Amino acid sequence: MRLRLFVGALVLLGVALPLAVPWLKTPFLLALSNGLAVLGVAVLIRAGQVSFGNAMFACLAGYGATYAARFWQLDALLLIVVGTALAALAGALVGLFMVRYRGIFFGMLNLAFSMMLFAILGKFGAYTGGTDGLRFERPAFGFVHLDRDGFESALLAVALLLALAAGWCVQRYYRSVSGQALAAIKTNETRLEYLGISAKRIFWGGYILAATLCGLGGTLFALTQGLVTPEMGYWVRSGELVFVAILGGSSHAVGAFLGAFVFEFMKLYAAALLTGMWQLVLGLILIVMVFVAPSGIYGLLSRLLGQRPRSVLKAR
Amino acid sequence: MDGISYAALLFLVAVGLTLIFGVMRIINIAHGSLYAWGGYFAATLGLAIAKFGLSPGLALPALFVAALAVGVLLGSLLEVGLLRRILDKDPILQLLVTFAAFMVLEDLQRLIWGVQPYFVSEVVSQLGTLLVAGVTYTRYQLLVLPLCAIAVFLGLRWFLGRTPIGRQITAVTHDREVATAMGVNAARVSLLTIVIGASLGALGGALASPTTSLVPGIGAEMMVLSFAVVATAGLGQIGGAAIAALLIGISRAFAIYLMPELEVLVPYLIMVLVLLVRPQGMFSVAEARRI
Amino acid sequence: MRPALLQTRGISLAFGGVVAAQAIDFTLSHGERLAVVGQNGAGKTTFINICTGHLKPSAGTVHFDGHDITGHSSRSITRRGVGRTFQLPQIFSEHTVRECLLLAASSVGRRRGFWVPMEEAVDANEVDETLELLQLSSRARDVAGSLPGGQRKLLDVAMALVLRPKLMIMDEPTSGVSSDEKHELMRVLMRALDERGVTTIFVEHDIDIVRCYATRLCAWIAGRVAADGLPEQVLSDPAVVRNVIGE
Repeated sequence: MRLRLFVGALVLLGVALPLAVPWLKTPFLLALSNGLAVLGVAVLIRAGQVSFGNAMFACLAGYGATYAARFWQLDALLLIVVGTALAALAGALVGLFMVRYRGIFFGMLNLAFSMMLFAILGKFGAYTGGTDGLRFERPAFGFVHLDRDGFESALLAVALLLALAAGWCVQRYYRSVSGQALAAIKTNETRLEYLGISAKRIFWGGYILAATLCGLGGTLFALTQGLVTPEMGYWVRSGELVFVAILGGSSHAVGAFLGAFVFEFMKLYAAALLTGMWQLVLGLILIVMVFVAPSGIYGLLSRLLGQRPRSVLKAR
Repeated sequence: MDGISYAALLFLVAVGLTLIFGVMRIINIAHGSLYAWGGYFAATLGLAIAKFGLSPGLALPALFVAALAVGVLLGSLLEVGLLRRILDKDPILQLLVTFAAFMVLEDLQRLIWGVQPYFVSEVVSQLGTLLVAGVTYTRYQLLVLPLCAIAVFLGLRWFLGRTPIGRQITAVTHDREVATAMGVNAARVSLLTIVIGASLGALGGALASPTTSLVPGIGAEMMVLSFAVVATAGLGQIGGAAIAALLIGISRAFAIYLMPELEVLVPYLIMVLVLLVRPQGMFSVAEARRI
Repeated sequence: MRPALLQTRGISLAFGGVVAAQAIDFTLSHGERLAVVGQNGAGKTTFINICTGHLKPSAGTVHFDGHDITGHSSRSITRRGVGRTFQLPQIFSEHTVRECLLLAASSVGRRRGFWVPMEEAVDANEVDETLELLQLSSRARDVAGSLPGGQRKLLDVAMALVLRPKLMIMDEPTSGVSSDEKHELMRVLMRALDERGVTTIFVEHDIDIVRCYATRLCAWIAGRVAADGLPEQVLSDPAVVRNVIGE
């Protein structure tokens, strides 16, 4: 109950603050899109696997939406669908063989794929805009052409709704049979097989979900910026997703967004006050957290929220 | 030929990474930072030599001094401050800690050296050029880099195979618990290995610094490249790293010759192809966790 | 007369140069409680692994409940009605005891939903009954990883039992359990299995347990079944005494 109130309070803040302080819209949008991608990575962490390449789905979705915007002048809402669908499809295809790997091999293969995408996007400039990326015109929103501020407000509203919906869906997934089986992959895949459950199929479902969430985040990001670059798919970006997933706490969907907001605002704060040394600050915070509070921000809050603290990470 | 000097560089950095993995079973994502710091510090020394009017002959040795300094200081700091303390943690957390260390070192690097490019190439021009089969190469590229790589390779083989401490390192790499039970001081061995590995990574950077412009981001770039070499060869494989480095280095040279756009793609394409067929790497003996 | 529950003909398997199983012809009927003994490496684990789909035989056939299951996957064999427990209990250490069983039960109806909470998607009564049967009800809300050895074994069995198998194959059910607890454990296990009408095969090293709980005994020596029959008979066979018991 307290958790619902908490989430409700967060959503309320998400609406009220940008209305009161307009320049908050962009950072909120960035945090929400990042949060969605982080949620995708958190799903994989639930299975005990870490992918250092999931940014490729965000990047792919972003570029897909960009091409769709440039060639077909689609409405922003349709672009969201297009980008996300592209990422879901890519996730399904890559996942077909990716789900046969575990642990470090899984991580490495994802990394390798993402770097291939990065290389292709960076080098085939004629088609992809190269390292400078591609821009696109601000699309219509629900068939209405809005000015910059209006567009951002509309996008923010949609992003908030999507984040809420995604979080809720992921939590339901976690509690469903497939979600519980996904978590069981981490502790005992043998047993799953001897229960007649195909771990590969379950993991495939989880991988597609992760790719879709990353794609959704990537598309929103692209729409916010009006620009996509290969950097969106760089390995450091994937690492940051994992970073934020752990920072926020991967045991509950809300953790992804908590982490993303802290991340975004630390970047802003550091830019203004610490000459941009946000990596230094966040890096140190995370190192301390790993020792002191490995369940992340959500882990710290969970007791206050009346939730049973559930460890998602192994203690050896 | 160009491929060989590039392969030499890749090998130096990759072998450091693989050594560290061998003793700690942790992939040190901060390894790229060691490369970058080695390069930047070497550049600083080079500039100091010029500034204080010291003998130009010191330029080449200065590279090695820089590498050693960075390797010893940063390496021991990493081991004692971080790696040693996360041995018992979830693998995901281990990766994250080294990633966080990478982030910290990236910012520190920018703090110390700024964002403007450093290009301290006196050493290369000092050594002059060589004409081979109608193509002009710098002596540095043709001789210094490959010779260093070969020296390191042979040196490591001798060290790990013949010296007592080297054999202890090999023992810990195979099985830390068993080695400890047999009386090996795993902590001391780890520290030494990491300092060696870090120094090799830094050496890569130091040796690369006269040939390339040092900018923020080279650490990240080399991190993922050296990891591609290590993953292709098999984690912990030293000889394999040499072969993988050669494979990637020469393929890249061919790519540049045939279709320059493919240059950046090649290492990762090779990595994907190898991992799909043999996830444990070309030379690893262990079986991969594949279902 | 009911057909045999499990039947193998000519099962053979060799690893490199070592023959793990040689032309095994074997029949198991409904209701039997078969104990399998033999030294390590004698072939009993290999045989079990072949029957549960973990290994594929190089020759021969395996029939279960009238169906040919030779070379089928563990998943498919489990669905046919073969349950298995392991020397080291294979449980979901981060789930609670009840969650472990709920997840096990979910595979029965092949409900792989993404939306309905697990508690609502499976038959909770079935789960609670099984918990009761194996005396784990008091631990239902505890995390499985926190269970002591004996109860882990019981959970291992419970997870297999909740699928309503016809045959249960248990790999060293009392290993790692202290001697005073062994008999209690076997009592609970056997009562549960009888209650559910499950035919049992169990691999055992403890001869005392074998004497008390088995209706039939197979002794393995060097990849072959050296003796097969009533426990007392087999245990007095000189070859068995020499090769198996004298260890």
